[in-house]
Amino acid sequence: MRGAGRSNSTDPDRTVCMTNCPTLIVTVGLPARGKTYISKKLTRYLNWIGVPTKEFNVGQYRRECVKIYKSFEFFRPDNEEGLKIRKQCASAALNDVRQYLTEEGGQVAVFDATNTTRERRETINRFAEQNGFKVFFVESVCEDPDVIAENIVQVKLGSPDYTHCNTEQAVEDFMKRIKCYENSYQPLDEVLDRELSFIKIIDVGRRYLVNQVQDHIQSRIVYYLMNIHITPRSIYLCRHGESELNVRGRIGGDSGLTARGKEFARCLGQFMHKQGISDLKVWTSQMKRTIQTAEALGVPYEQWKALNEIDAGVCEELMYEEIQQRYPLEFALRDQDKYRYRYPKGESYEDLVQRLEPVIMELERQENVLVICHQAVMRCLLAYFLDKTAEELPYLKCPLHSVLKLTPVAYGCKVERISLKVEAVNTHRERPENVNVHRTAEDALQTVPAHL
Amino acid sequence: FFSSSFVLIVQYPDSSRPQFTNSPTMIVMVGLPARGKTYISKKLTRYLNWIGVPTQVFNLGQYRREAVKSYKNYEFFRPDNEEAMNIRRACALNALKDIANYFAKEQGQVAVFDATNTTRERRGVIISFAKEKGYKVFFIESICDDPEIIEANIMEVKVSSPDYENCDKEEALEDFLKRIECYKTTYVSLDDESDRHLSYIKIFNVGSRYLVNRVQDHIQSRIVYYLMNIHVTPRSIYLSRHGESELNLLGRIGGDSGLSSQGKKYASTLSEFIRDQAIKDLKVWTSHMKRTIQTAEALGVAYEQWKALNEIDAGVCEEMTYEEIQENYPEEFAMRDQDKYRYRYPKGESYEDLVHRLEPVIMELERQENVLVICHQAVMRCLLAYFLDKSADELPYLKCPLHTVLRLTPVAYGCKIEPFYLNIKAVNTHREKPVNVDVTRMPEEALRTVPEHF
Repeated sequence: MRGAGRSNSTDPDRTVCMTNCPTLIVTVGLPARGKTYISKKLTRYLNWIGVPTKEFNVGQYRRECVKIYKSFEFFRPDNEEGLKIRKQCASAALNDVRQYLTEEGGQVAVFDATNTTRERRETINRFAEQNGFKVFFVESVCEDPDVIAENIVQVKLGSPDYTHCNTEQAVEDFMKRIKCYENSYQPLDEVLDRELSFIKIIDVGRRYLVNQVQDHIQSRIVYYLMNIHITPRSIYLCRHGESELNVRGRIGGDSGLTARGKEFARCLGQFMHKQGISDLKVWTSQMKRTIQTAEALGVPYEQWKALNEIDAGVCEELMYEEIQQRYPLEFALRDQDKYRYRYPKGESYEDLVQRLEPVIMELERQENVLVICHQAVMRCLLAYFLDKTAEELPYLKCPLHSVLKLTPVAYGCKVERISLKVEAVNTHRERPENVNVHRTAEDALQTVPAHL
Repeated sequence: FFSSSFVLIVQYPDSSRPQFTNSPTMIVMVGLPARGKTYISKKLTRYLNWIGVPTQVFNLGQYRREAVKSYKNYEFFRPDNEEAMNIRRACALNALKDIANYFAKEQGQVAVFDATNTTRERRGVIISFAKEKGYKVFFIESICDDPEIIEANIMEVKVSSPDYENCDKEEALEDFLKRIECYKTTYVSLDDESDRHLSYIKIFNVGSRYLVNRVQDHIQSRIVYYLMNIHVTPRSIYLSRHGESELNLLGRIGGDSGLSSQGKKYASTLSEFIRDQAIKDLKVWTSHMKRTIQTAEALGVAYEQWKALNEIDAGVCEEMTYEEIQENYPEEFAMRDQDKYRYRYPKGESYEDLVHRLEPVIMELERQENVLVICHQAVMRCLLAYFLDKSADELPYLKCPLHTVLRLTPVAYGCKIEPFYLNIKAVNTHREKPVNVDVTRMPEEALRTVPEHF
């Protein structure tokens, strides 16, 4: 999670150190090969698992510098003025990288540019060596004209560079831009670059060449990159139907569905059927309420213990009023730092993210999936897809009886919220104004939603 | 298996864990002799079984030794030795038949076909066989041209093979090198172009480089990840429990108590022991629980805390004595004795759950070199079962007493284990499986094997 990483390596509460020195991930590849897509996705993933990561897109630096983009001629290898500016932009970006990794607590920086010449990559290696950064190259090689054309349509046409062009003009110009790079492109080589650490992704993941993985974080990055795909699909997230404990305002536990909850399950079944998805996978937790919800769909489903609701430890099955009464200090501490706070004998949101990581990895591998889970779990999954920070995550709105349909598009995720029009209690407790441990019970309970 | 808290729910029988794969998978090794194929086969099989995927190795060399009772010399492997070729081909077909049987009748999910499979022809036979039966195929090719590594391999595992019982080391080495030459003439590596439709990983020079092609599903992805994390650098893993805790003394399970005075003595003795071992770059890992942290503190070195190393969550039975569990939950107590591996404490965990949460720990242990893991009884049993290839039935009863360090050192195809009892007295916390596990048993029968406590 952004904001969840710790920079102090002697902090006894720190989770396992991923790497000793900061890592510089360097993309390599011709334009329209998915470098920015990979950079953004990888950055989102690393931040979610708690590794402070930032991407540095050289194209953006160039747009700052050269206010108006005229044409592909800027990128001609014989355009000395253009080359000078581009080199400056790369330096400026590397400067910011240095600042991020040495002064701002960053652990991984993703340097997103073509980096297609061995000379440019040498410059970056020297820079990294001087600063004590590890370097890992991610190269994307693709010659499939359909894939490239689709890339251009999805992300290039809408680029600030082409606001003043029509589609045909933009595509034509961009193809010429790619040509400018082709002649001087030196792909990473098994022999010449055998001392470098890199992964070469060929044809959008059909094949990978992995060389000299140095440490844990690079190993995790390789695993992640080898599991993502770009096949169009949708992920449906929802909670179980309203449960008996929900209506009584009690958290956790393992109760069954209320009548309204069962109605939701039926509507969910109808809704999913209407979506007409081939090969839909359905996942639930191992708790009664998600299983009962899935049962109503009448299709096979898989149970994941990892999808179980956050363990509230000593507060399991209590109402907020009871928590305030028995554990007023804990209640306040939780409001102070809801992401990191761990219930006594229970879990924190931070723990939840760690246990959900294999679920996210498998969601990346899969295509159409419906995940029937719980409030805190759904907040964690949603934060991953929508790139939310550790501060925002525990307060994301995930009401009962509504389905979120997530569809990857361009560099992000389209979200459609579908409310299935079955009434349910509200279980969302906003952060109260007063989070001080000396606050009154009234202040503490101000934001508790109504219940029986 | 239904835990009593799920008695009202109908479970799809196989959906209690995510399906790794729908059809059975054949993993097919490829490579010249002494390239680590059997090492990889055994290690991978051990890992897959531990994470709950029924896997078995089918080693062609063993089939050949069955067929040809005594090995004379490398001439058997000459490509122009027709009689031998026929025998070897027949062995391969027998192995494939056994694989089919493993999948169809023994609920196997993955079969590792450990042989050289160095010709396109042989691989073609395997692919046709798999296609006919509906099995997925994943190739693992090991390529190595470093003569030092090859000779080290030969010395470690070949000269002691049944084939060379009657030879001295030098003779064995010489013959084996000639054996390798027999294969070289016909060896065709997996090819980027002609084999582009196959699913495979090529491992170069013991892992400095990998080429991965067409990973089809989750299990193949996990296999690739595992293979990319293992190494062969010599090192040792030290496993120990925390020092004796206050709750240990009282015979209570779980909880989060501190060390007893004996426990503190153990911690300082452990510190001396570790110092005497003079281990290069030792990493120290603990759980998030007081007792392991206090133990590590005494070492005076940096350590990392893993929540995943926390003791098994005994749910409603946390901090109870066995006598109290028998009194309050006699049925649960009996069910646990009936199937200790899969039994889940109400609102708690099972050993099976523990293995699942320890998988990232094992993966990181594979990546690391010298590590000391200070953990807990159930956790240590799970880790030990991984290294020593113990079954789900044996795992929950492995002996992991307090105040004893186990040093594990990879050797040949397995793990050498050395126990070091540090001579600081502690209570016994090991409860054997009682004779009577029936839910109708008497309390005395249930409590017969409970170790002594205050």
